[in-house]
Amino acid sequence: MLATSPAFKQNAADAMADVGLQKALARTRPQFPARRAAAVAALPEFERLREIGKQIKDHTLAHLDFYLETFAANVERAGGQVHWASTAEDARAAVLAICQRVGARTVTKGKSMISEELEINAHLLEHGIEPIETDLGEYILQLRSEPPSHIIAPAFHLNREDWEASFRKAHTDLPADRVFHERRDILTEARSRLRQKFLAADVGITGANFLIAETGSSVIVTNEGNGDLTQTLPRVHIVLASIEKMVPTLEDTTSLLRLLARSATGQDFSVYTTFSTGPRRADDLDGPAEYHVVLVDNGRSAMVGTEFQDMLRCIRCAACMNHCPVYGTVGGHSYGAVYPGPMGSVLTPMLIGVDKGGHLPNASTFCGKCESVCPMKIPLPNMMRHWREKEFERHLSPVAVRQGLAVWAWFARRPAMYRFATRVGAFTLGMLGRKRGKFTSLPLAGGWTAGRDLPAPEGETFFARYARAQRAGRA
Amino acid sequence: MSRQAILGAIQRGLRRGPLPEDQAMALRARLAAHPRHLIPARSRVPRPEQVALFLRNLEKEFATSARVPAPEDVPAALAEYLAAQNLPSEFAMAPHPALQSLPWDSRPLLRRREGRAEASDLVTVQHGFAGIAETGTLMLPGLAQTPTTLNLLADSAIVVLHASRIVGAYEDAFDLLRAEVGPMLPRNVMLVTGPSRSADIESTLELGAHGPRRLHVLLIDDDASALG
Repeated sequence: MLATSPAFKQNAADAMADVGLQKALARTRPQFPARRAAAVAALPEFERLREIGKQIKDHTLAHLDFYLETFAANVERAGGQVHWASTAEDARAAVLAICQRVGARTVTKGKSMISEELEINAHLLEHGIEPIETDLGEYILQLRSEPPSHIIAPAFHLNREDWEASFRKAHTDLPADRVFHERRDILTEARSRLRQKFLAADVGITGANFLIAETGSSVIVTNEGNGDLTQTLPRVHIVLASIEKMVPTLEDTTSLLRLLARSATGQDFSVYTTFSTGPRRADDLDGPAEYHVVLVDNGRSAMVGTEFQDMLRCIRCAACMNHCPVYGTVGGHSYGAVYPGPMGSVLTPMLIGVDKGGHLPNASTFCGKCESVCPMKIPLPNMMRHWREKEFERHLSPVAVRQGLAVWAWFARRPAMYRFATRVGAFTLGMLGRKRGKFTSLPLAGGWTAGRDLPAPEGETFFARYARAQRAGRA
Repeated sequence: MSRQAILGAIQRGLRRGPLPEDQAMALRARLAAHPRHLIPARSRVPRPEQVALFLRNLEKEFATSARVPAPEDVPAALAEYLAAQNLPSEFAMAPHPALQSLPWDSRPLLRRREGRAEASDLVTVQHGFAGIAETGTLMLPGLAQTPTTLNLLADSAIVVLHASRIVGAYEDAFDLLRAEVGPMLPRNVMLVTGPSRSADIESTLELGAHGPRRLHVLLIDDDASALG
């Protein structure tokens, strides 16, 4: 997809004026946090499991080279093939080469964010191979030529009328006047349409939630069963997975699985958690004859050993965006990148460069909710702060921001002046705003007050109040 | 090319060369021992409660179940379920000895075909390798006797499970798999928790996305200690 991250501000303004999107956001926004909270409350060990999950991933990353090599050896032992891809281009070439070798005409796909990142679909189409998205949400997005707006609920931004319109437009062989009484009717139409595609496909491409070194297995987690049909029915199964999906053992995997669904959809466990190991065995009655894993780096290895290494713990549950006030206001497309929300704001500058993606880490109120719900305890706000520093160091931030920070820094280095200036400021604003208790517009703060009111200070600074409380406490 | 580039970049990031042999040995020992982590207390309960927890979680995940006292009661229970759901009496069945040995002659109206599932199958009968009480999850490895397509293609998936095969946690089920099938996993191991579903349309849950619309477990009470 074409990254529109540099236009985040305009995208966000458009999103807030988009009636359909706001309707979808209003519907979805409260659901994810409520479901997660219920699932977490039902498992008393959840907090301890978070710490264990973090340790498992930290251990894996500290020995990532060893585990990748062990994984590759075990995939080969089970009769599969591993293709190492440093760049997106390498990965696309590996996938295309397999598809061309087996003479593939159609390729079914399970939901995979790495496939979005690699832009596999466009590449296959260019070479005359038809990719078919089979996840319900991804399917309608493919019909509409839209990117996903959420990493686990890709089409949550659409409303029922959008689904109906898209299906009528795409499925022209069905009666034009058919009625969709319920959501179920939409689902049923997609089910029968895609069932034919599953059966006809030559190659199935899935992502992976985990790669297991111990067994050489790839793991997918779905609710629809589309990923399983994708990887079971065609002659060839290709797994696309980035290197940080690595986990040492089955026991490590099950510990992470206890966190994943609860953090993502608020389910105790997803409907289908499937472990794939090599191609079909001699006496198997079904399954693919070939099993390939494309191990994708595309910028990950450069994060190892840096202040961004913790991001490689991410298991793509989407809890951070589900709880983010910014995401909940502007939706996923505003971020203009493959990965939206807080995790995307950290990952995107890494993937497309801080010059293009550097604006995203500013799209945060630093409320810290993302970190507090992250099952892998990734310090997302801290890493966004690192990006802001890099943006500043590289003189990529706007002049007004730089000058404002310079003025603030001058005062911050002179505590007496700082206290004096804030005292004057707080007093003046306190006097001016005493009557209404808030400001609806302020000079130099138009960008802030355009979207919300500024509460008027009560006339006293924090320093003064703190000092008074301390004195009172001692007395 | 890419392999060396990726491994080299990781090692540079970790500020070391290839992992020293003593450390590699320790990691290989960890892989061989595959230690367990915290197992939630919810499934560490006496057998009857474990079975009850399994059935409760099945129901929570929109699956259904029926308990039968012995294997020979399975054909009747199956016929009863199919009739109650208004389903055809024809089904594809896993070529597993535990299913093949059931007294099918007692129900001559049931028509079964052994093997993998085909697209036209409306009902499938699978042999359950294990049940996991923790979340009401079925472990269904894809072996020659238990083809994976039986878990996926039909509208109604029925799984015959022995109560003695209900364990507490995922780890318990994987231990059974390691012990009985070997250290190399079967090509496919599915953990199935309820029937297929999607919430992609307006964030509203609908059952029966691409996999089975119904999941029914016939539980054979072969475990005296599990009868509560």
